[in-house]
Amino acid sequence: MKLRLSLSILMCQIFAFTSPALALNEVVAALDNPLVSIDTGFTGSKVLLFGSREVEGDVVVLVRGPSHTEVVRKQERIFGVWANNDQVSFSDTPSFYNIASSDDVSNLVSASTAQRLELGPEYLNAYLAPESKSISNDTKETFWQALLRNKKNNGLYATKAAKVKFLGKHLFRADFIFPSNIPVGTYLVYVYLIKDKKVINSQITPLYVSKIGVEAAIYDFANRHSFSYGVLAVIIALIAGWTASVVFRKK
Amino acid sequence: MNIYLPIAELSVNIFLLLGMGGAVGFLSGMFGVGGGFLMTPLLIFIGVPPMVAVATEANQIVASSVSGVVAHTRRKNVDFKMGSMLLIGGVVGSTGGVWLFSALKELGQIDLVIKLSYVIFLSSVGGLMFVESLRAILRNRSAGGNGVGHKRKDHSGWQHKLPFKMRFRRSKLYISALLPITIGVIVGILSAIMGVGGGFIMVPAMIYLLGMPTSVVVGTSLFQIIFVTANVTILQATTNQTVDVVLALLLLIGGVIGAQFGARAGMKLQGEQLRILLAIMVLGVCIKLAFDLVVTPDDLFNLSTGGGH
Repeated sequence: MKLRLSLSILMCQIFAFTSPALALNEVVAALDNPLVSIDTGFTGSKVLLFGSREVEGDVVVLVRGPSHTEVVRKQERIFGVWANNDQVSFSDTPSFYNIASSDDVSNLVSASTAQRLELGPEYLNAYLAPESKSISNDTKETFWQALLRNKKNNGLYATKAAKVKFLGKHLFRADFIFPSNIPVGTYLVYVYLIKDKKVINSQITPLYVSKIGVEAAIYDFANRHSFSYGVLAVIIALIAGWTASVVFRKK
Repeated sequence: MNIYLPIAELSVNIFLLLGMGGAVGFLSGMFGVGGGFLMTPLLIFIGVPPMVAVATEANQIVASSVSGVVAHTRRKNVDFKMGSMLLIGGVVGSTGGVWLFSALKELGQIDLVIKLSYVIFLSSVGGLMFVESLRAILRNRSAGGNGVGHKRKDHSGWQHKLPFKMRFRRSKLYISALLPITIGVIVGILSAIMGVGGGFIMVPAMIYLLGMPTSVVVGTSLFQIIFVTANVTILQATTNQTVDVVLALLLLIGGVIGAQFGARAGMKLQGEQLRILLAIMVLGVCIKLAFDLVVTPDDLFNLSTGGGH
C-alpha cells in the first residue's frame, strides 16, 4: 500500500516536471465528507466526490480500500457434505474497490495503461501470498476469478463502473455507495484526467472509514484488552441474570 | 430500526433480535431447556458468522443460568460437591475446546464443524425426544394414563468399579469422581464448539449414568453451566475476539422476558404434547442445517480475509 502510494506521488511529481502547462491541465477533486463513520445505526453510506478539470478530457475515479491478504477456499463434496478443501492466498488485495468513469475505460486508455493503474476490478493485479507461490497459473486464475466474483457478490468490488457526470464544462461529480459490510481503514480515492489515451493529470485524496462512538469503543476494547473484555462480558451477564431473577421473583 | 453489531460487523434489525431472544426464551421457559442449541443455529441463519454466534451465545447462557441457579439454590436443589466435580471436567474440556476451535479456524474448517456438530446433536436429541414423547402419548391413550414404574438404581454396573470414590450427600451417592469429571469434559468441549450450556447432554447423563435424584439434577447442571460458559466466554474473547456484547445483551433482554411467559404457558400444557412440539422444532432446525450442508452451494469458492498489509 505504502509503495503504491509513494509511486503515485512520484508519478504526480513526474507529471509536474514534464508538463509545462500544469495549471491548465489540473484536475482537483474533493469528497463531500472524507470520513465515513460507522455508528450504531449504520446501514451503509453514500460518498459523493466533486471535482473540476481545467481542460476537456475524460475522468476516471477509483476508490481503494486498505489492502489485506485474502484466502480463497474451494469447497468439495466430502462424504456428502460440502467442505473447504483447496485454498489459495492472495496478498495485497484491496478490501474494497469501486470505480466511476465518464466513458468505458477500454475506450479511454490502452490495455497496458489500464493494467498499470488497475482501472477496474478486471485489471487488478493478483499477487500470490508466499504460501501459495507454488500453484499453477490455471489454478491461480480460477481462484482469482472466484475472489473477484465473491467480492462483487458482497458488494465490495464494483460490478460495473459508475458514471462520472459532468456539470458544465469544468465540474464533475461521482457517486459511490458503501455497503454496511465495508471494512474499516484508510481508503484512497484516485482521480485521473485522461486525454488522447494518456493520463494528463491525477490526484489522490484519502478517505477514512472508521467506527465511531460506542461501536468503536467496544470494538477497540475487545481487540486491545481482550481478556478484560471477556471478564466484563461475563460480569454483565452475571448482573443481568441476577437482576432478572430478582425482578421476576415475586410474580 | 437497525443496529450495527460491533463484533459481528453486521447491521441487523433490533426487533428481530429482541423477538428471537423472546421466542427462544419463551421456549426455554416452557420446556425448561437452556435454548442455546436453538439460538446459535438461528443466529447463523440470519447471517451472524458462526464463530461469533457460538461465542456470544456462551455469554448469554451465563446470564440465563444465573437466574435459574438463584431459584434452585433457594430450594436447596444444588449439589455443590457434584457440581464442583462436573466443573473441574468442564473447565478442562472447555479450555481444550476453545483451543480446538482456534485450530479449526486456522484450517478454515470451523464453520463446517460447528454446523456438523449441530446436525449430529439436534438429530439425535430431537429424534429421541420425538420417539419417547410419541410413545408416552400412545401409552397414555391405551393404558388410561397409568404410570410406568421406575427402574431401581443399579449398583452393580461398570461405573461402580471405578477408583477415586467420593460421597455426595445432597445426591445420596457414593461413586467415583471420575464419572462426573468425564461428563464435565465432554460437555465442556461441546460448550466451546457449539455455544451451548450442554444441559441436554448433561441432564440425561446425570440421571441415567450417575443415578442422581431428578430434584437436584437441573440446579446442579445450571451451577456447572455458569462457570463453564463464563470460561468459554473469556477464552473466546481472548483468543478469537468473537464475543459480541451488544448482541448478547439484546438476546438477553428478549430471553428473560420470554422465559417468564414461557414458564406460565408451560404449566397449562401437557408434558408429552410439549415435548413433541419441541422435538419437531429441534428436528426442523436440524433439517435446515443439514440441507444447507448437502445442497450444492451457488459458488463453490468462498473468501476470508486474513490480516496484514
